[in-house]
Amino acid sequence: VTRLRRGAGSDQPAKGEGEAGPADRTTKGGPPRVGIVSRVPRWVDDRLGVSNFARSALDKVFPDHWSFMFGELAFYSFLLLVVTGIYLTFFFAPSERAVVYHGTYVPLRGVQMSEAYKSVIDISFKVKAGMVMRQMHHWAALVFLGAIVVHVCRVFFTGGFRRPREINWVIGVGLLLLGIVNGFAGYSLPDDLLSGTGLRIANAIILSIPFLGPWLGSLLFGGEFPASSILSRLYIVHVLIVPALIAGLLGAHLAILWRQKHTDFPGRGKSEDTITGSRMWPTYGMKSTGLLFALCAFMALLAGLAQINPIWLYGPYNPAAVSAGSQPDWYMGWLDGALRMFPNVEIRLFHITISNLFFPAVVLPGITFTMLALWPWLEARLTHDHEPHNLLDRPRDRPVRTGLGAATLAFYSILLVGSATDILATTFHLSFNTIIRMLQVAVFAVPVMTFFVVRRVCRDLSRARVRPIRQPGSAVIRRDAEGRIVADHVDEPGSPADDENLGADPVRPNKDIRIRAGND
Amino acid sequence: VSGADGPSDEARAERRVAVCFGLSVVAGLGLTLVYVLGGQPQAEGGLLFLALGFLGLGLVLWGKELLPNDPVTAPRGSHESSSGDREGVEEAFTRDQDGIFRRTFLLKMLLLAGGSLGVAALFPIASLGPTPGRALKHTSWAKGKRLVQENGTPVRPSDVGVDNILTVFPEGTGDDPQIQSDSQVVLINLGSAKQAVRKGRATWAVGGLVAYSKICTHAGCPVGLYQAQGSARSAHHLLCPCHQSTFDVLDGCRPVFGPAARSLPQLPLALDDQGYLVAQSDFTEPVGPSYWNRT
Repeated sequence: VTRLRRGAGSDQPAKGEGEAGPADRTTKGGPPRVGIVSRVPRWVDDRLGVSNFARSALDKVFPDHWSFMFGELAFYSFLLLVVTGIYLTFFFAPSERAVVYHGTYVPLRGVQMSEAYKSVIDISFKVKAGMVMRQMHHWAALVFLGAIVVHVCRVFFTGGFRRPREINWVIGVGLLLLGIVNGFAGYSLPDDLLSGTGLRIANAIILSIPFLGPWLGSLLFGGEFPASSILSRLYIVHVLIVPALIAGLLGAHLAILWRQKHTDFPGRGKSEDTITGSRMWPTYGMKSTGLLFALCAFMALLAGLAQINPIWLYGPYNPAAVSAGSQPDWYMGWLDGALRMFPNVEIRLFHITISNLFFPAVVLPGITFTMLALWPWLEARLTHDHEPHNLLDRPRDRPVRTGLGAATLAFYSILLVGSATDILATTFHLSFNTIIRMLQVAVFAVPVMTFFVVRRVCRDLSRARVRPIRQPGSAVIRRDAEGRIVADHVDEPGSPADDENLGADPVRPNKDIRIRAGND
Repeated sequence: VSGADGPSDEARAERRVAVCFGLSVVAGLGLTLVYVLGGQPQAEGGLLFLALGFLGLGLVLWGKELLPNDPVTAPRGSHESSSGDREGVEEAFTRDQDGIFRRTFLLKMLLLAGGSLGVAALFPIASLGPTPGRALKHTSWAKGKRLVQENGTPVRPSDVGVDNILTVFPEGTGDDPQIQSDSQVVLINLGSAKQAVRKGRATWAVGGLVAYSKICTHAGCPVGLYQAQGSARSAHHLLCPCHQSTFDVLDGCRPVFGPAARSLPQLPLALDDQGYLVAQSDFTEPVGPSYWNRT
């Protein structure tokens, strides 16, 4: 006799004798026959009463568009950063204490270095799997920020930030900022020649802040550069303070996404009131977990085969030395480029000096992140669009926004190129002067040109109504009882014929009838 | 998908997923073996790639080929709460508010208490670092201090050949990174090249030897690259490798290119009675990057 317990997750009604409803929680007389799949949720619900939430969680619908993966990639990179980072904390020593190296890496034997630098050399050459973990951590950091930037672009160009999603946009901008800060803190920790030079520049940037600079510099670094507290402070910032903030904001980001549900592209069967895609359980969950492992796999491949931040080649930090070709990680490149390209003016008024650094290194990022965070409200003000939106824009249908976004990307890309002036000069045998002058013009000219070109292309594409990415569908044209011609979709069984473009669109028989394949 | 080829498609898909997981197992075992044998970064990375990659691929194939993939449409529900709920919140908030908002005196006192606690709480922050004071304004150079190399050897004029440079520190620096950082100086032998000597600095050089702060006035990197020869426009230039600020040594290390806006400060030199190079005094202006009250 198969004994099924009532409410045990089966569609069949409970059969069997003596079952007394939900109150019957004992299984006297024989082992329980209920599978673990039913027992665990039941055990949990008996105590927490979360079945309602669990049901909606399992049934939650996720749109399948490829461009929605970048946010997931950022999230998964963060998980990988946490796992590899925890491993590294077991071996890293955030200490400036001077020691002499006697380890396995021959070229550095007998060299005096900080304990921090030595511990990273040991992670790389002595700790088993240390090199792979360290390089995976660094690569994952680059991908983390890359995925965030692409994700921000996706949300920007499709208008995903509009009401009701402004809060999540601001949280996202905060995550980008924290990611950059933690990336900088992280690559400053090994106390090698490159990162020490980066800290020296960071100190100069802090000093440049009018009135507060010398105080802030002393408080953050623990005295005049290079001060002896900066590594231990950066360490706690890097492994606890900023990651905790990121985890908190990320949790809020996902919770708000959960509450508001995803946006989606318009199309057949899509509407403002519904959401179409795969259910969390099992299809979406399975594919997304696959993506998590695939991401980790590629990070492992890079970690094993592509050397990154080889601090043993840079040597330990020495305040009086620097190597040519010093570039920061890519997400700091735009700042470094701005520093190089800013003209050599310094403001001196009434015994007050405003350093040249203040403008490219403090004002520019300040404006960048403020504008980015406020964009949903700025745009709503310009377009007078204060309505809630669940369906996204196609970038081409918003030529001005798309043009502005492309121009902004062009501006920061040229700043990023600016951080490589020395590499460009030696590679192409050009003079620094020529390259800097060219970039100083390009950083304004190219964004302006980009804006007009992109706006024009968007308008033409929008007018041409070409939809290259969408697959053509088919429709049955029939004439209804009142003599109107009606088009019904047939290629998607069960899809509601409420497409905003075609749908059951009545067409007058005497007018020029266009039998349109596809969604237009 | 229907008919006779349905199950066989499914069976094939299942086989593919199983093969992926199997390969992941093999790579995982290989990884273990590599560790046991002593570890090797390239092999570890490659095998980890295979183990994780086949796991991911298997899961994606499982999701794509063996699970339902027809789009599901669900209602979104509304973003806002019902008007009843909104009014409920308002009611709950305003119900007993008189006990708070009518006691304006207590509210002001509360604000004052919070404010004074906030001010008091600022003081522990001061423990994070010393008052900047005059630390930024001077270095460890002083009258009669010898110029020494990184290893502590004092320098005679003959130690620096024409068109050569040498990084020097004040005597007694030891390994103190603080002094190494703010007192580093680049000593350059210009030979007989013609210099534009600034007012009041006629006695600051010893023969063709001049000394300048090695800290870039832009962002503080060491100005380490010296181009002695070259065209008239590029000879005797010091270059900062960080942001390419360039200083003309013949013209008092005036910035001639790049973002630096100030000349490198010059250290006045002299010889002591044993023939070693010494400083006449500290720098006469703050070294390094600018800050608001540097003048």
